[in-house]
Amino acid sequence: MIGFLAYYPYAVAGAIVLLGLVGIAISRDLVHAVVCLSVCQSGTYVFLLAVGYQYGGIAPIFGSTVHRGTPVVDPVVQALSLTDIVVSAAITSMLLALVIQIAKRRGTVDPDELRSLEG
Amino acid sequence: MSRRARMVLLALGLAGAVVVLAVGVLGLPAFGGHRHPYRDLAVAASFRHATANAVSAVNFDQRALDTFGEETILVASVAGVAALLRPVRRERRRQVDPEMPVMDSTRLLTAVFFPVTLLIGIDVVAHGAITPGGGFQGGVVLATGLHLLYVGGRYRLLERMRPLPLFEITEAAGLVSFIAIGLAGLAVAGHLFSNVVPQGRMGQLTSAGTVGLLSCAVGMAVVSSVVILLAGFLDQALALEEEPAAGQWDGREGAAR
Amino acid sequence: MIIVIAALLTLVLIGAAVVVFTRRPAQQAVTLGGYGVLLSLLFVAVQAPDVALSQLAVGTAVVPLMVMLAVRKITTLRRSGREDR
Repeated sequence: MIGFLAYYPYAVAGAIVLLGLVGIAISRDLVHAVVCLSVCQSGTYVFLLAVGYQYGGIAPIFGSTVHRGTPVVDPVVQALSLTDIVVSAAITSMLLALVIQIAKRRGTVDPDELRSLEG
Repeated sequence: MSRRARMVLLALGLAGAVVVLAVGVLGLPAFGGHRHPYRDLAVAASFRHATANAVSAVNFDQRALDTFGEETILVASVAGVAALLRPVRRERRRQVDPEMPVMDSTRLLTAVFFPVTLLIGIDVVAHGAITPGGGFQGGVVLATGLHLLYVGGRYRLLERMRPLPLFEITEAAGLVSFIAIGLAGLAVAGHLFSNVVPQGRMGQLTSAGTVGLLSCAVGMAVVSSVVILLAGFLDQALALEEEPAAGQWDGREGAAR
Repeated sequence: MIIVIAALLTLVLIGAAVVVFTRRPAQQAVTLGGYGVLLSLLFVAVQAPDVALSQLAVGTAVVPLMVMLAVRKITTLRRSGREDR
C-alpha cells in the first residue's frame, strides 16, 4: 500500500492538469474552456500539498495540544496553495468577463465558429 | 487546422507531458516522508514571532511581500473585470424583478445562514494568526455570506447591503494599509514588512505582531474585491439587457456585429 | 489515514474528469461546485485546514456563481441575437 502510495498523489496531480488541458483542447464553448483551465490549475494545489505532507503530521497550527516538537505538515506549501487559489479565482473572473465581452461582440462563444468568422 | 490534426497534436503533446512529468515526479522524495527542510525553517521563524498559525506566519510575516503581490493581482483583475463588464452604449438597465420564485425553505435557510456566515467570516479574519483562517479566507466567506441574499431571492436587499462606491474605497484602503504596514516596518527596523509590533505570548489574539493587522488589511481588500467582482457579473446577468436593435441608434449597430 | 487520503485522491481525480467531460457549461457550474467540495475534503485529510477553507469558499461558491452568471448572460445574448436575425 505504502509503495503504491509513494507516487500516487503526484500522479493524480499530474493527471488533473492533463485532464484540464484535454478539456480545453476539446472544448466547443469558451466558458467550458475557462472552467477546464481552473480544473487544470487545481492540480497544482494537490501537488503542492502532497509535497508538504508527512505521515502522522498534523496541521501547522500550534496551541495547547500541538507543541514545538509535534510533527506538523509543511506550512510553506500551504501558504503557496493559498496564493494559488487567489490567483486562480482572479484569472477565472477575468477570463469569464472576456468571454462575456466576446459573446456581446461576436454573438458566439464557440471557438471554431469564432475562427471561421475571423476569415 | 482541422479538428483531426488538432487531436493528433494534442495526443503528441500529452505523451510528451506525461514523460516529462513522470521523470520529474520520480525524482521527488516519496509522499509523506519526514524530510521537510522548509517546514523546519518556517516553524522556527513562526515561533520567533509567536504566531500560532504557521501558515499565517508564512503568508503575512515571512512572505508578506509576496502576499502584497498576490493582493495586487487580485485588485488588478477586479479593475480588469470592471472595465470589461461596464455597461456599453447598446445596453439599458432594467429593474430586476424582486419577486423571484424562491422556495420558502430556501428563504428560511438564507435568513438563518446569512448572519451566521457573516459572524464566521469576521471571526476567521480576526483570529487568522491563531486558528485556521486569515484575511483571505475570512474575506471570501464574508463576501459569499452577503451573496446568500441573492440565493434567497433578496436581490434588492443585497443591492442595498453593498454600496459599491464604499467597497471600492475599502478595497483600495485594504491594499494601501497593507503596504503602509510594510513601509512602517522599513522605517522602524530597516527592512520592508519586518514585524515591528511587539509580540505577546503564543496563542493570544494580539500575540503575532503585524500578522493580525496584515490579515485584517487583506480581509478588507478581499471582501471588497469579491463583492465588486460578483456585482459586475450579477449586473450583466440580471440588470443589463441589449437595446432592441430596431434602429434606435445609428448604423454602428451593424458594424459592431 | 493512508486509505482515506488514497480514496479521496481517487475521488478528486474522478471529480476532475466529470467536470471536464460535462459538456454544457450550465451543468458544469454544478459539477465544479461538487469537485470543489471533494478538493476541500482532501485538503482537510492532508492537514491543510486553511487551504480547505479557502477552497470551499472560492471553489464551491464564488467561482461556480460567476460561471453560472456568465452562462446566464451568454444565453440571454444568444436568444436576443437570434430574434434579430
